[in-house]
Amino acid sequence: MSASMAAPDTAGPVTPPAGTPRRAKGITGTRPWVAALFLLPALVLLGALVVYPIGYSIVRSLYDAGGSGFVGVRNYGTVFSDSGTLTAVRNNAIWVVVAPSITTALGLIFAVLTERVRWGTAFKLVVFMPMAISMLAAGIIFRLVYEQDPNQGVANAVISSVHDTFSAGSAYPGARPRPGADLAPTAGGSYTTRSTVRPGTAALLPLVGIPQAELPSSAQQAGRPRGGGITGTVWLDFTPGGGGRAGVIDPGEKGLKGVTVQAVKVGRVVASAKTAADGTFTLPATAQGAQLRLPASNFAARYGGVDWLGPTLVTPSIIGAYVWMWAGFAMVLIAAGLAGVPRELLEAARVDGANEWQVFRKITVPLLAPVLAVVVVTLMINVLKIFDLVYIIAPGATQNNAMVLALKLYLTSFGGGNDQGVGSAISVLLLLLVLPVMIFNIRRIRREGRR
Amino acid sequence: MTAVDSPRPIPSLPARLTARFGGGAMRLALLLVALFWLVPTLGLLVSSLRGPTDIQSSGWWQVFTSPAQLTLHNYASLMGNSAITHALLNTVLITVPATLLVVVIGAAAGYAFAWLEFPGRDWLFLLLIGLLVVPVQVALIPVTDLYARLGIFGSLFGVILFHTAFGLPFAIFLLRNFFAEIPRELLEAARLDGAGELRLFARVVLPLGGPAIASLAIFQFLWVWNDMLVALIFANSNSAPLTVALQQQTRQFGDNIDVLSSGAFLSMVIPLAVFFAFQRQFVNGIMAGAVK
Repeated sequence: MSASMAAPDTAGPVTPPAGTPRRAKGITGTRPWVAALFLLPALVLLGALVVYPIGYSIVRSLYDAGGSGFVGVRNYGTVFSDSGTLTAVRNNAIWVVVAPSITTALGLIFAVLTERVRWGTAFKLVVFMPMAISMLAAGIIFRLVYEQDPNQGVANAVISSVHDTFSAGSAYPGARPRPGADLAPTAGGSYTTRSTVRPGTAALLPLVGIPQAELPSSAQQAGRPRGGGITGTVWLDFTPGGGGRAGVIDPGEKGLKGVTVQAVKVGRVVASAKTAADGTFTLPATAQGAQLRLPASNFAARYGGVDWLGPTLVTPSIIGAYVWMWAGFAMVLIAAGLAGVPRELLEAARVDGANEWQVFRKITVPLLAPVLAVVVVTLMINVLKIFDLVYIIAPGATQNNAMVLALKLYLTSFGGGNDQGVGSAISVLLLLLVLPVMIFNIRRIRREGRR
Repeated sequence: MTAVDSPRPIPSLPARLTARFGGGAMRLALLLVALFWLVPTLGLLVSSLRGPTDIQSSGWWQVFTSPAQLTLHNYASLMGNSAITHALLNTVLITVPATLLVVVIGAAAGYAFAWLEFPGRDWLFLLLIGLLVVPVQVALIPVTDLYARLGIFGSLFGVILFHTAFGLPFAIFLLRNFFAEIPRELLEAARLDGAGELRLFARVVLPLGGPAIASLAIFQFLWVWNDMLVALIFANSNSAPLTVALQQQTRQFGDNIDVLSSGAFLSMVIPLAVFFAFQRQFVNGIMAGAVK
């Protein structure tokens, strides 16, 4: 963080209020060697570990993997032609555009809304807290959140429970007719009887392929349909302990509750029923002469949740973790800016009849523009170097889909690969990308110095 | 609790929003957001308090129905794991010196930039501003080579020096601006009393710089404590801090959730304590670097 601040100003909030001269003047009479004494440690460290490496990287990027052969700009060519690095470049572009804008927008919304609620401070504390923890810890936190199994990852647990509320999961995934029964597979995973139904003759529809342990504990002994009308039974044709006969309802065999049974005439559904607790069902008289169909919805596989860390979603998912970490940063800076917006201006606009949205759009946001710009630029610089989150959250299988420049640099030059030429080229590329901000900062400080 | 709060609230904007959408809806939305922000961390904490078999077999939210699952087993085995405790010690041995060094060296240079005359001062300061945004990635390969030649590659010392160097631009910038606001008369009076530069610096400037130094120290402390990349490169298995030790366990994430969740939480305890204790200074440090 310390090396990532954008557009710094000579008078931050920790300094006393302005009014005193900004440019400090030297105390007369100090000898240069005294100044050298005070500066020396800093200059040595900065020179050896920050300035010298910049030059070294630029030169090194023009040499091959081992560092002995001069290759000109070939390493830069590799960065923009190798498909792995190109993915990193593309993902970095996505990161730099998407992450700062979402983070800043959320920070703005939170800053404006929390001014009203009494527990606004507590809210800010909660949202700001992730700033204090490491990217590693945040990465582990979100690996847990994004676990694929709805029994492990809270994101999929929430999503699949919502999913199941709106479209009930099938009751018996993987179930199929007992071989030899009068049920043939038909389109889309459904099963249909070959014969047609008549009143008075119960249709027996035996199923297998359901583990005994997965039956609901309320499952009852399968029943024989009673009475007239068009009836039948859907049951699990399996006798625990063995000894059952195929296609016959033996004692101990359970009825399957809640199975949808449709009566179909010439491809059209004329009636439909659901089985009772003992597996029996009754269809209206209109079903006479129809074939019975067990639609695929009875057997569909259970909803497995979203594949957060799969190839397509892995980068958006990691950006989500980043937003979680940094929205508090944006919120706190914007809230401080908001405190400096003159209330009279807002009041005057309201008196003139502006509605709240207009006040927000036309007055608050323009007045906050400098703060918003600083937040966005700071986040962009930060995002450009994103490493830990991607390295920790992306599983091995989709690491290449989530690749970013800083991670590529690490993997190319240290973790596994040993190509310090391409690694240096990537690092110079990162430096070039922050160069505009660097120049902007320097010009700004110079301007202030002259004032 | 007031540090993250802004001094003056806008009374009317949300008041009208309240009128329009109903304050209840806004409150509910904010409450949901707060929950959304808390749940991931809560998940880590609860996971770290469940035994390995429970973690493997069901989601952490099961503890709300069967609180008997809660156990300190993971933390006990973490504390018995010498690799982890050694790494925790390394984290402290890296963070404390790197913080102290940045404060001392940064304050000395900040004072020189603010109050001493030397040739090229303005030019050097502009260079320093430029260094504020240099990505650490630029230095990884060159410093690896430099450290190898100096024989400090893999040592705690090398990691500390690297963190110090990359903390310095911000430190000097922050402190120079703060020191520049010290009234000139105060320094001149001390000089007339016969104080030398060193004495002046130690007895007048440093104490007056207290608030800025506090912000800087907290910032640097959190930065170094939470670092993984620098240590990943420059530390070896003997000098690796907690972040690197845990990172190595993430390869088999599913099998190591017990170690990882408790270890990650252990690594968060100190930063969170520092954060809650010194919020004001932390926020001031952030704003000094960014606002306006």
